[in-house]
Amino acid sequence: MIFAAMDWHAFFFWMFALLTCGFALAVLFSNNVVHMAFYLILSLGASAGLFFLAGAEFVGAMQLMIYVGGTLVLVIFGVMLTAQSRFVSMETRSGEWVVALGVGGSLLFMLMITAFNVEDWRSPNPRQGEVTVAETQVVSQIGLGFAGVRVDKLDQPDGQLRGGMSGYLLPFVIVSIHLLVVLIGAAYMARTKRRKDVSGGRS
Amino acid sequence: MIEALVKIAILLGGLMTAAAYFVLLERRMAAWIQDRVGPNRVGIPLTKIRVLGLGQPLADGVKFITKEEYTPAHVDKRLYVLAPIVILVAALATFAVIPFGSMIPATVFGYRLAEKPIELVVAPGANVGMIYVFALSSIAVYGVILGGWASNNKYSFLGALRSSAQLIAYELPLGLGLLGVVLASGSMDLGVIIGSQASSGIWFAIAQPLGFCVFVVAAFAEAARLPFDLPECEQELVGGYHTEYSGIKLLLFLVAEFLHMIAASFLIVILFLGGWHFWGLTGGSAEIDGWGLAWSGAPWLQGLLRIVVLMTKITLVIVGFMIIRWSWPRFRFDQLMALAWKVMLPLGLINFVAVAMMQQLQAVFTGAMGPSWLMVPIAWGVAVAAWLGITWAAPMIADNRPRRELDPWEIDSQI
Repeated sequence: MIFAAMDWHAFFFWMFALLTCGFALAVLFSNNVVHMAFYLILSLGASAGLFFLAGAEFVGAMQLMIYVGGTLVLVIFGVMLTAQSRFVSMETRSGEWVVALGVGGSLLFMLMITAFNVEDWRSPNPRQGEVTVAETQVVSQIGLGFAGVRVDKLDQPDGQLRGGMSGYLLPFVIVSIHLLVVLIGAAYMARTKRRKDVSGGRS
Repeated sequence: MIEALVKIAILLGGLMTAAAYFVLLERRMAAWIQDRVGPNRVGIPLTKIRVLGLGQPLADGVKFITKEEYTPAHVDKRLYVLAPIVILVAALATFAVIPFGSMIPATVFGYRLAEKPIELVVAPGANVGMIYVFALSSIAVYGVILGGWASNNKYSFLGALRSSAQLIAYELPLGLGLLGVVLASGSMDLGVIIGSQASSGIWFAIAQPLGFCVFVVAAFAEAARLPFDLPECEQELVGGYHTEYSGIKLLLFLVAEFLHMIAASFLIVILFLGGWHFWGLTGGSAEIDGWGLAWSGAPWLQGLLRIVVLMTKITLVIVGFMIIRWSWPRFRFDQLMALAWKVMLPLGLINFVAVAMMQQLQAVFTGAMGPSWLMVPIAWGVAVAAWLGITWAAPMIADNRPRRELDPWEIDSQI
């Protein structure tokens, strides 16, 4: 059977990985701003595929929803509304290439060094056949974690200790209040300004 | 693997056929409402049999495919081609987590189909079901925006702008209407949500009427159907974002729109109208149990009956979509936005808070989670009170005549 013979996991991993990298390069090498934004969408979408493949369904769905479906809609919106004909096509000057290569290359260099410092990642896993995709039914646990339950420490026998562990409630609340402040600020700045009562004008 | 491929094939074939025949149904319904006859001439090919114009979808399809595939000179070629593909892929991928039945038992008539009962969903047990649906519905916006921009046409671009504003605005009430259901059933998995309605026998439309209203209105807006079809209203924008499209690319856009409507009906039925459950007909357990004892000889019949019940409900909801399309006039854009932000968003929030409080009270007093008949009258009371409150707080202004006594800023603040 051809389906059984192929290593589908590896196939899809390479497919999504190549798509991610290919579209990331396409972002670099295209001149049209809207095309760049579109390739960025495809690149991020393909990396969501990698998350699904690794069994991190929640992270994958969030990647699709927040980055692909949320942030980039705003990016595309902004680009399309502001890009007049002379800004649509961007020519990158050679100085910019040098700066970008310097910054990006040093970041890549740092990440590579860190990655190769991890002992387990340097050689292939000797027990590759035993690797299974992790448990993916984690949405309720993640939700409970945000609501303040340490789902990873439920086996703690001391009930009082368990009650004292607050999980991720505090950071979660800080983030949400931060977002609320941003929203109120945006609404305040975008509101209809009440006109000053000019003499002679109707009030 | 084979099982998944078979399911994908059935789903794709079924959806495409359904989309084609729902177009015919829609045209016949439109004709019926407008007191015309509608398409009834095209028969089955190579015969002289003409029944209800059943050959019409085939003729339409052939016409679309054989038309010249024309690309105007002023468009952005790459995105112009990609936009319809993006929107169709997003619309089809949604159905990966949407169940189209309950289960088929492993053994039918002594013939062993599989190791265990086959769940009728492409990705069974997807824990992130609803999040995935939402993620894909926000990706569908790209097809519209890119199509409108790439067409390089004022009307297309206006349609795309309207569409993206509308889709983003109505995603909030859609999510809020859904949150109540997720809270009451304790899962984002669509199969589990149906199971919780089936085991208690209370559909969420009964238990959360406010959430149902909010969700249905938002689903209409997300599917861009009349009265929310501002992205492509013919009277103002020629054809909206697909003005410049023709031939097979236009077909892709139209099919994607129909698939959005079908997906919306699936979600309405599954989340609020009990999915495959019907009282006294399908049994209340999520598993195929052969109705307990008396009917235990026919588990396959029970599985089949559940599919029939689900499909009947979905067809009825789609017919409802069509009747509403030909009965309501279109909203103006400011009315559309006011409805989203001033009416649907507060109602959704009220529903969410009310459901959370009722769940908590129920857990404290009876110790049981999930829907219960006790909470139904309270939920309806909350719905009526919230509706009256919103009507008082944000009245729709029906009088559209210019009001000269108002200052510009007063008019602005009303929009």
